[in-house]
Amino acid sequence: MNAKVHVQTKINGEQVDFLCEPRQSLLECLRDIIGLTGSKEGCNDGNCGACTVLFDGRIVTSCLVLGVEVQGKEITTIEGIASPEGLHPIQEAFLENAALQCGICTPGFIVATKALLDHNPNPSEYQIRFWLANNLCRCTGYDKIVLAVQDAAGRLAASKN
Amino acid sequence: MKWVDYAQPSTLDDALNLLKKHGDKAGLLAGGTDLLVLLRANAKASDVIVDIKSVPELNQIKFDNNSGLTIGASVPCHEIYNDSNVKKYYPGIIDSASIIGGTQIQGRASLGGNLCNSAPSADAVPGMIAMGVTCKIAGSNGHREIPVEEFCLAPRKNVLKSDELLVSLNYPAPKPNTGARYIRFIPRNEMDIAVVGVGVYVELDNNKFKDVRISLASVAPKPIFVKEAGDAVIGKDVNEDSINIVAQKAKEAATPITDMRGTIEFRKHLCEVLTRRALITAIERAKETI
Repeated sequence: MNAKVHVQTKINGEQVDFLCEPRQSLLECLRDIIGLTGSKEGCNDGNCGACTVLFDGRIVTSCLVLGVEVQGKEITTIEGIASPEGLHPIQEAFLENAALQCGICTPGFIVATKALLDHNPNPSEYQIRFWLANNLCRCTGYDKIVLAVQDAAGRLAASKN
Repeated sequence: MKWVDYAQPSTLDDALNLLKKHGDKAGLLAGGTDLLVLLRANAKASDVIVDIKSVPELNQIKFDNNSGLTIGASVPCHEIYNDSNVKKYYPGIIDSASIIGGTQIQGRASLGGNLCNSAPSADAVPGMIAMGVTCKIAGSNGHREIPVEEFCLAPRKNVLKSDELLVSLNYPAPKPNTGARYIRFIPRNEMDIAVVGVGVYVELDNNKFKDVRISLASVAPKPIFVKEAGDAVIGKDVNEDSINIVAQKAKEAATPITDMRGTIEFRKHLCEVLTRRALITAIERAKETI
């Protein structure tokens, strides 16, 4: 049995050190070692998007990243989206538009939406659906999610004016 | 997934030494979107994961007007389709890179990995074959370069020996009056495996075809180069008749199987329709370049 690997990284703006086995996914490291359980495990093979995190500013499925790969990188999880003052406008929009039912997919949708709106503040419905195609929801039928993203885009635009 | 070691070589020589030492038991990690899935499903056994993203030659995009575009084997799709030279000179590459998996997958997955995974349905490969890409391969006995149509051999099988790796893909320098296009048919709008994929490259000369290259995916055990489809119209006028000849030849070259994604008849029909559509767009793109 080999030694665990010491990984130093930045998660949600804070320096984090952890020990993991090389085979462990970033998702396992986040949930089982670091204790950030907001990212969810759905399929564990990259299809469902419930484990979506930002990895150096790009969204990835954390089940398909090894924990050892984040050495020296920056990760943002769902726990890093809200501020101490309250929910992020995207989270408020998801709540008020009832864009969730069971909620397992929601952290992934919100992180993916954050990346979309950072990169394209006023996406079309087609662009929203294309961007979020790697996030599966089995409850809502997606329409409410798309409406929530459009609402969030409006809220963010209004907060900048 | 059993215990594995992790190595992150920072030079090509170090990576090749690891490959020489571990051979088939080394799992090369670029984006991991195929490797980690295979390892977890016990469809592949690796003793050591060799993360090649720190090897400079594998992780860069280089462009030169004379020598063309070189894409390192581990460069992820999002870096490729956001690259200013790719956007300007190689829209045909974006056709593939922007539809492999979803946004999250494109944050990690590489075109080189798509080629090395060697699926018959690989979305990146028909475009490469059509555009005349060459593969730079490094091994303990030195480097070699081969045309991309010779790379894949069968489903998940390719020419790489156990001590070799794909370093980069070289796209020929952009030329005026040329255009490329990749399209596929899938039952939904995104995130699916191609029922048929078609890559097309065309060079025009005064409204005549100077060069036409057609490649098909998902209709044979590997992505295929259909040389005769393009050759049939060299020197001919660009019109509906000549476009239909190319589409018909592509259909005739396809040898698909019937599976859950489509029947033989449907796939052959798609080859004709998609080749025609892809060729029309490639011609439009060729007319836009000056």
